[in-house]
Amino acid sequence: MAGEKLETVAVVEEKDKSPKIKSFGDFLDFIKRELKPRGNIATPFNIISLPIMLLGYVFIVLRLTTGLGKPITNLSQEYPWGLWIGFDVVTGVAFAGGAYVLCFIVYILRAEKYHPIIRATVLNGFLAYCFYAGAIVLDIGRWWNIYNPMVGNQFGVNSVMFLVAWHFFLYMLAELVEFSPAIAEWLGGRRIRKILGAMTLGAVIFGITLSTLHQSGLGALMMMAKSKIHPLWFTEFIPILYFVSSIFAGLSMVIFEGSISHKVFAYQIDEHHNKQYEDILVGLARICSVAMFGYFFLKLLLVVHEHALQYVNTTMGFWWLLEVIGFVLVPCFMFLRGAQRKNLALIKFAAIITMVGIILNRLNYTFIAYNWYVPLSEKYWPSPIELIVTASIILTEVWTFRWMVNRMPVLTEPPAWAKAMEEH
Amino acid sequence: MDRRTFLKIIGSGVAGAVGGNLLTPGRTLARENPSAKEFYGILVDTTRCIGCRRCELGCSEVNGLPLPNISESTNETVLKTLRKTSDTQYTIINRYETKEGTIYVPRRCMHCNQPGCVAACPVKAMRKREAGHVTWDVNCIGCRLCMISCPFDIPKHEYSKAFPRIQKCNLCYDRFNKGELPGCVEVCPTQALLFGTRKQILEEGKRRIAANPDKYVDHIYGEYEVGGTSHLYLSAVPFEQIGFRKDLGTVPYPEYSTGFLYAVPFIFVLWPIAMLGINRATKKGNGEAKEEHPGEHEDKGKH
Repeated sequence: MAGEKLETVAVVEEKDKSPKIKSFGDFLDFIKRELKPRGNIATPFNIISLPIMLLGYVFIVLRLTTGLGKPITNLSQEYPWGLWIGFDVVTGVAFAGGAYVLCFIVYILRAEKYHPIIRATVLNGFLAYCFYAGAIVLDIGRWWNIYNPMVGNQFGVNSVMFLVAWHFFLYMLAELVEFSPAIAEWLGGRRIRKILGAMTLGAVIFGITLSTLHQSGLGALMMMAKSKIHPLWFTEFIPILYFVSSIFAGLSMVIFEGSISHKVFAYQIDEHHNKQYEDILVGLARICSVAMFGYFFLKLLLVVHEHALQYVNTTMGFWWLLEVIGFVLVPCFMFLRGAQRKNLALIKFAAIITMVGIILNRLNYTFIAYNWYVPLSEKYWPSPIELIVTASIILTEVWTFRWMVNRMPVLTEPPAWAKAMEEH
Repeated sequence: MDRRTFLKIIGSGVAGAVGGNLLTPGRTLARENPSAKEFYGILVDTTRCIGCRRCELGCSEVNGLPLPNISESTNETVLKTLRKTSDTQYTIINRYETKEGTIYVPRRCMHCNQPGCVAACPVKAMRKREAGHVTWDVNCIGCRLCMISCPFDIPKHEYSKAFPRIQKCNLCYDRFNKGELPGCVEVCPTQALLFGTRKQILEEGKRRIAANPDKYVDHIYGEYEVGGTSHLYLSAVPFEQIGFRKDLGTVPYPEYSTGFLYAVPFIFVLWPIAMLGINRATKKGNGEAKEEHPGEHEDKGKH
């Protein structure tokens, strides 16, 4: 016991590299220093991703100055929503769901086992909202009016879109608060770290409530497309399906992102954490398989309930079966098997299949099973520019994530002074 | 401002944003405008339409849209394909060959009594005016949920423009305020279009069906569809034969999303309470948190 205490003190002296920021000038110097890249710049990832990102930025400027028409996007009067909403925003937000699920597990249920991955997950969620939900700026036709639902020269309180817009905005603030202790530790702000740390539980509760509502709200956006969405997908319970699927979509993203982070940032992670991590993955796989089975059952039940069973034996029906069995039921059992046998490779593989399934599901609602009766020649396909811009946004998010992980205590342990603060 | 008024304002603002005004737009407007007497609309008698496309020209003229060529030879080619309204055409005529002969059908915004597009709009750019006109305004953010939510696929987005608008028939709202007829109605040479209050034109439609039961099918499209529309159609053949959907139901479109919106205030109240409760309940050493805290960490250290 006494030895342990001595060790802690030693660590404090040794590891406290927090900057001493006394004035605004100090702050600017610190930021300037931190903005500089670290390590080898000419990595294969950088060499491939940078040109795609730059090309994407050019197209973003073009889109904002010339509009959404061809050749920028393939959107049409039949298909008002395409890849940018369907994938970037709607799917991106589902993938960001891991943050609220883990916050619930760690801060509300106090399952301390998952604590080591909470910061990376919250950071990922926050950045996903900034970049993917932020991509909505590109998609809305009159983007210069984007602040209108907020400042309200008119509040469309009957609109699900109004609710979703507000919730995106508020949730980003909540996630920023949840992550802010890491920023305070990075800047060495002890007093502010204490205040921000005390705000975590409030932000978590607020954030989970908002998430419940806007994850399902994204589904509710499609409610008035009743006559356009194939009966196998349309049900009055779309919001609930979106909410339930966001649980395992988010956790699959946590597994996927975590397995990459643990390779890329391996040098930041100590042996003890690595051992814990296996246990965490197995736990997440269990949660996923239970949530997915519930989701699968609900899907099946709703199709029977809506009298849509007759459509299963059609082309769209086979597509539906592929989504529901191939990308929900199969990975559900893969997660279960992987958890039982502690087979991490299987769990990671299941996570990837699940994510593909979520992409299919969200795109079905936005343009594949939407206006399904339109002849194939008039169907919407993402244009090359839409794909490049999407890739560019994802890569920018990855770059930002890497920059922050390399500088802030996300995967690494917080500085000793911050840990001491948590314990009192 | 004292604290009490401040709280009152915040409280009512939050309550308004979260739970208030969840009624459907039609009802909201009726409440906000007690002076509104009746929605106006157009009765379209497809048995009278001769497909001259003068309404298309008249509409484009009064709305400053590119003018269509309506010479007889152009009409012959144009009418060969079934068209939809577009961002440069608020009204179009389609031709259908049926058992009862050739039928021409003018199509434009139906001006639903409770429009899906209005309920969809996050900034009230799309509005149901007190006399029934469904209009669009420039505070629109261009999210295009109105296009997704319209059962008749009417709102059109100007994709080709850097500063796009949503384009659709507004039942000539400005002309109505000046006491003029809609552009299409004014130029119709066969009185296939009849402008009036919804009550008047509905009665007239019923009168025509009753007077000529052999000529018309006994159905006025728009009387009950999607909760009723201000555009009403008469036809000699079942409506599905002349391009109308019969599967839209009679439920006003905004009601499809009210179920979700009603759940919002409940979740907003119940979730935080439930979560705070679970958080307290899972705390080790219930109620004596401060005393127990160091012990809690010692426990963890031993694992």
